[in-house]
Amino acid sequence: MTAVTAAARRWVGAGRWRRLSLFLAAGFVALVLCPALLSDFRLGLLAKYFCFAIVAVGVDLVWGYGGMLTLGQGLFFGMGGYAMGMMLKLQEAGRDGLPDFMSYNGLTEVPGFWKPFAHSWFALPAAVILPMLLAAGLGALVFRQRVRGAYFAILTQALAAAFVILLIGQQGYTAGTNGLTNMRTLFGYDLNDPVNQRSLYFVVAVALGAVFLLARQLVQSRYGKLLVAVRDSEDRVRFLGYSPTKVKVLAFTVSAGMAGLAGALFVPVVGIMSPALLGIVPSLELVIGVALGGRATLVGAVAGTVLVGYAKTGLSENYPSGWLYFQGALFIIVVAFAPKGLAGIWKGVKNLRDRRRGAVAPPAAVTTAEPQTALEPVR
Amino acid sequence: MSPALLEVSQLEVDFDGFRAIDKLNFWVDEGELRFLIGPNGAGKTTLLDAITGLTRPVGGSIKFGVRPLLGRPEHEIVKMGIGRTFQTPSVFDQLTVLDNLDLAASFRLPLRKLLRRRGAVGERVATALETVGLTDRAGDLAGVLSHGQKQWLEIGMLLVQDPQLLLLDEPVAGMSKEERTRTGELLQEIARNHTVVVVEHDMEFLRRFARRVTVMHEGRTLCEGSVAEVQANPLVQEVYLGRSRDTRGGVEVG
Repeated sequence: MTAVTAAARRWVGAGRWRRLSLFLAAGFVALVLCPALLSDFRLGLLAKYFCFAIVAVGVDLVWGYGGMLTLGQGLFFGMGGYAMGMMLKLQEAGRDGLPDFMSYNGLTEVPGFWKPFAHSWFALPAAVILPMLLAAGLGALVFRQRVRGAYFAILTQALAAAFVILLIGQQGYTAGTNGLTNMRTLFGYDLNDPVNQRSLYFVVAVALGAVFLLARQLVQSRYGKLLVAVRDSEDRVRFLGYSPTKVKVLAFTVSAGMAGLAGALFVPVVGIMSPALLGIVPSLELVIGVALGGRATLVGAVAGTVLVGYAKTGLSENYPSGWLYFQGALFIIVVAFAPKGLAGIWKGVKNLRDRRRGAVAPPAAVTTAEPQTALEPVR
Repeated sequence: MSPALLEVSQLEVDFDGFRAIDKLNFWVDEGELRFLIGPNGAGKTTLLDAITGLTRPVGGSIKFGVRPLLGRPEHEIVKMGIGRTFQTPSVFDQLTVLDNLDLAASFRLPLRKLLRRRGAVGERVATALETVGLTDRAGDLAGVLSHGQKQWLEIGMLLVQDPQLLLLDEPVAGMSKEERTRTGELLQEIARNHTVVVVEHDMEFLRRFARRVTVMHEGRTLCEGSVAEVQANPLVQEVYLGRSRDTRGGVEVG
């Protein structure tokens, strides 16, 4: 049995160094190369994609590892974004303390639920914690009722849609369709100053790294294995003595927190938070990046999302109306031909190369099971 | 007299008007290795489902020691000390053999402790690997195991949980001859310090490894005794040999 232990340790140890060096290399590219090589504008775009990538890591956790297709991350992203946006609007409000759009809408006083957001000690944690609370409550209700598969997907999508309708309907409180705009400063720093935008890029990149490491820790823990087990056979997990509800609620809650954080970072980077960024289509886009990169691989989720972001910008610049068609085609192609995404293709190529080299032993012979013997009569 | 380890009395399970289990009485004492047989549709698997909380009976009671089981969720029943396997092996294909066993072994840990990485392989897990003969497959994905190996892995997953009562649903179905023998030996080894109930169709396996047998038919217990006694029972012979005339023939429940 010590042989097993030693073998397991060696196996874990070998991969760990390689992965650590890859992570450091990615960090070098993100923190040194990109800022050195990219223009202010391009770096700002990358910061935006990184925000989406943070959401994607959460989506991957829930969908890739946990099998819960969430099409409503826009809801949590929006909660984080609005929490941050409300703080910025209140902190730079005019002499009457009213954000500009409220005056246009005839409000004379800041509504009660806005007030706590004037304090950064409230607004910043709230951007992450409020989505988590909502997800935990929602998850507890939904997962206990064993709502899963397409039903869960539709439910989350409906929630995102309802959130958008709510935002648009309450124009005086939420600035309606226009959303929160004209945010100029964050903690006294001018958000239009390229130097500050560059600093923000670093904040977002580091946040992405931290979120990635957190997700990685989760995925590699026993809990992560349990999450995969729930994805593949929820009922079997019950007979192992675990409550799948708890497992799923935790993953959903963590992903909501990540989406909230991403939303909060998105606002100072892009300078706007509006319902158009949160509805069904943007929520779907967040999932497409994960599908393209490869479910259940965190690197794939990040890479896929950044790629989709670049593709969207590039195509929109050159063929303004082409993006939607391309996005649809991309989704179909991935689903039909590469269900494991880029990570799956990468793995396939690597396996092929290894096999050419003869490094991989032939797969162990699988004993064919005898057909089930019929019941013999008792003599 | 001390109470039986498992006591099922007057149990009734109904599937849309079909009585899968009809006022069934059944008990198992501590330390027994009990075989449960019966033609298709006799309600054997349904009985296991009812005990483990998968199916909700409409009447009767099930007691584990002195504690009633009915109405408890599945995972609680497992935590009370009842483990089961299924007819088709249901291990987690995307996890390694070691992870499968480790997850099974960690079932009493609170969620926050599960957030840590698995450290060294626990002794219980290593022993189970040894017992089910999968030590050299520990790092492989469970999905690539053969059918028989999956069944053994599943039995191993039960062993690391050390339940008081093991319920095995057709553990040798679909196995080769050698695999059956191996499973039988495994079963006897397990039965030395666990109470085991085995649902089985395979008569040869039964003759070789069974001690006490309960025969079920149409949702009731027909008779109970040693293998020889059961085989000599004219009622049992009629149930099995008369199957071709049985109008309900071949209805597999559960």
